[in-house]
Amino acid sequence: MPPLPPPSPDDGLRPPPGLVELFVGFLSVTVIAFGGVLPIVRRAVVERYRWITPDEFTELVGLAQFLPGPNIINLTIVLGGRFRGPAGAVSAFLGLTLVPAVGVVIAGVVFNHYADVAAVADMLAGLAAGAAGLVIAMSGRMAEPLWRYPSFHGAGIAIAAFAAIALFGFSLPMVMLVLAPVSMGLAWWKLR
Amino acid sequence: MSDTNPLGALALQFLSLSLLAVGGANAVLPEMHRQVVEVAGWMTDAQFSQTYAIAQAAPGPNMLVVTLIGWNVAGFWGALVATVAMCGPTCLLAYYVGGIWDKFREAKWRRVIQTGLVPLTIGLIAASGILLAEGAARTWSTAAFTIATAVILMVTRISPIWMLAIGAGLGIAGLI
Repeated sequence: MPPLPPPSPDDGLRPPPGLVELFVGFLSVTVIAFGGVLPIVRRAVVERYRWITPDEFTELVGLAQFLPGPNIINLTIVLGGRFRGPAGAVSAFLGLTLVPAVGVVIAGVVFNHYADVAAVADMLAGLAAGAAGLVIAMSGRMAEPLWRYPSFHGAGIAIAAFAAIALFGFSLPMVMLVLAPVSMGLAWWKLR
Repeated sequence: MSDTNPLGALALQFLSLSLLAVGGANAVLPEMHRQVVEVAGWMTDAQFSQTYAIAQAAPGPNMLVVTLIGWNVAGFWGALVATVAMCGPTCLLAYYVGGIWDKFREAKWRRVIQTGLVPLTIGLIAASGILLAEGAARTWSTAAFTIATAVILMVTRISPIWMLAIGAGLGIAGLI
């Protein structure tokens, strides 16, 4: 397949997808998404299917992060809903989650069934060690702007949140109640 | 694990977690861990880390760890209840806010909220990683592999699935 030309900001978009296209589109994304769906969703909806422009995608990511709940699910709901209303949101959501949910349960059952086998237990231990490293790396990657443009606000809040949870074992609601208003207050001060 | 039906507890727990999950599912992992391992006692520390690892290694959204926890606690209905609780209410919110969000593109409060949440999210995800690493570390070499994975994925662009595969391979070989 020849490489697709990069979409231009305004034209070059394809007609809005139907319900089946939304389902199949997100299904095709999710079954190849190992360790992070977002980059693969971007490649699909911006470059392969050309449903939205790169700028629209970036804005959607910002919205998905602002809303509570799993980011990638929020993005899927907003995108599906934008094209086809509630039915579109449901189609996109089911495309993204149905098959992987069955897959993850089957994987869990198989692993649990053979958990007594030493090799399987050893494999799971190695897998878990890798997965933990993956999450640490993700936080490191996200913290890159904090290293590049160090600010008392950014570094202070990140370290305080980390310490409150990982070192002192405070509950998340408590940490959020204290740190979210402080952090937003500092952001307001900075953006004033 | 208590004798009472855990479905109600599962629903309540993941519902409240979803509303706190402003930085995504990974940001609430420590709270999930606290609830599932320490408060409810549904899993051990190691089981939690391994369940997370299985959900990571399988394709699909990371939040499916919730589905798998639900399945381990209460079978099919547990998986369904946990997933719907984690996604349902926040999906409704996303649907409605998604319709009006564009209107506030230039609004200052929108930028204040986003700027304020970023460092909080980073700190919470880092805490998630450390808690998972504690659960996963059965020996010094396992902990060393976690550190190596974190460094490699931070400085290179290789797909994370390779580090998971290498971890699984080293585990089978009895090297970590």
